[in-house]
Amino acid sequence: MSLDYTASEMMTVTAARALENGMTCFVGIGLPSEAANLARLTHAPDVVLIYESGTLQTKPEVLPLSIGDGELCESALTTVSVPEMFRYWLQGGHVSVGFLGTAQIDRYANLNTTLIGDYHDPKVRLPGGGGAPEIATNAGEVFITLKHSKRTFVKDVDFVTTLGFGRDGKGRDGVPNIGRGPTRVITDLCVLKPDPETKELTVVSLHPGVTREDVIEATGWEIRFAESLETTSEPSVRELEILRELKARTDRKHAGDV
Amino acid sequence: MAEILSLHDAVARYVEDGATVAMEGFTHLIPFAAGHEVIRQGKRDLTLIRMTPDLIYDQLIGAGCAKKVIFSWGGNPGVGSLHRLRDAVEKGWPRRIEILEHSHAAMACAFEAGAAGLPMAVLRGYVGSDLPKVNDQIKFIECPFTGERLAAVPSIRPDVAIVHAQKADRHGNVLVEGIIGVQKEAVLAAKHSIVTVEEIVDDLDVEPNACVIPGWAVSAIAVAEQGSLPSYAHGYYDRNNRFYKEWDAIARDRDAFTRWLDDNVYNAGGATQ
Repeated sequence: MSLDYTASEMMTVTAARALENGMTCFVGIGLPSEAANLARLTHAPDVVLIYESGTLQTKPEVLPLSIGDGELCESALTTVSVPEMFRYWLQGGHVSVGFLGTAQIDRYANLNTTLIGDYHDPKVRLPGGGGAPEIATNAGEVFITLKHSKRTFVKDVDFVTTLGFGRDGKGRDGVPNIGRGPTRVITDLCVLKPDPETKELTVVSLHPGVTREDVIEATGWEIRFAESLETTSEPSVRELEILRELKARTDRKHAGDV
Repeated sequence: MAEILSLHDAVARYVEDGATVAMEGFTHLIPFAAGHEVIRQGKRDLTLIRMTPDLIYDQLIGAGCAKKVIFSWGGNPGVGSLHRLRDAVEKGWPRRIEILEHSHAAMACAFEAGAAGLPMAVLRGYVGSDLPKVNDQIKFIECPFTGERLAAVPSIRPDVAIVHAQKADRHGNVLVEGIIGVQKEAVLAAKHSIVTVEEIVDDLDVEPNACVIPGWAVSAIAVAEQGSLPSYAHGYYDRNNRFYKEWDAIARDRDAFTRWLDDNVYNAGGATQ
């Protein structure tokens, strides 16, 4: 029987399933935060969520609007200073996975959150790097989640804010003490993984009802597909219920703020 | 020992035109009341340092106080862009500003190095990023012991740091609770510091490992009730998320922004929102 769910819900549920119990996850705000908390509320109750505001092992009841909402601190095991967060916990090697969103991604999974156009004469100025440049290199591996479109999936990003595998796919080669980098990208159409040799992002799984043409149409380079292309499992009733409750709770909380 | 001053007098004494100023507070305890006082006093040519410029620097930039902004993430958290920052960078309104951008890890380390009295911070950072190409304050050095290539950035040593905290006692000892960000580091890294507080109490009543900044390490304390709205003060009031969303429309339009500034800052001798 086919369930009724949106492409966004499909994306969040698939992203959540990437997280496993026992992982320590440094969580970006927005889509990664939604996915990470869904994981915690479903199959991975013991996943450890860390936000860059210093909140260690936090269990928010509603999704935070900002990276430093009080909810994150109140539901955390403990809260440390921001220098301690980045130095001891991230750079010190205690984070197994960094979960990031982005404005632009390219074929080697480099991320751009800085600007569109030329640096000194930008067409669009974006917020900047934040925690991502060091999360992406100091975490054991990186998951990325964003909506799929030609605007977001470009052949070469205008600016490498955050390293995926560099302009040639070799950006991590020979660098000591660096994480594995992006191991999967979850969109509202599919799941991509870097090719083991070239590091170019390759579609490994299409979401139900999505065609190769849909992905080709939404990608700014000649996208490759894995030989054994899979179909992503549909969300379960339970996952959808918990996700919808979480989002409804969140909307009520933020709308009620005065 | 910290002097207990009015917010007006603290800003007048320590924030000079052309100064390098760090107003910190990582989403939490953002010193908005003090920022508004800086705007009201018409300070100019400031170099403003903050990891997340947030609405407070959007307001200072739009009011024409800044000549340079040093930051690591310049958005409206959970909402979108800082339109006054963008207008200044993209269109030069109300004046052209210089920006210098880092990553959070580098800025956090630079504040810590400033507090530690060191000239620079070292981190395993910026690997493969284009940021070092556009920020000449990011260099790479070789570890003298292992040969590993590491990033180096100058420490942050502001002329004045301004932070908000829950409370101080009558000796100016300050208690910061909740998300503590880089407030202590900013105060210790700066030549002078102003700490605004929700209240002054007889007894701070602290646990042994609480985040306390001793009064003898602070220049001035000023009471500013609800002084961090629309951000929040853990234990006192919540973040006004609705205002953060409303700010998007206010800041998008120069006239709407100017009206907002008139109503809520210039003609509101101490507005807190």
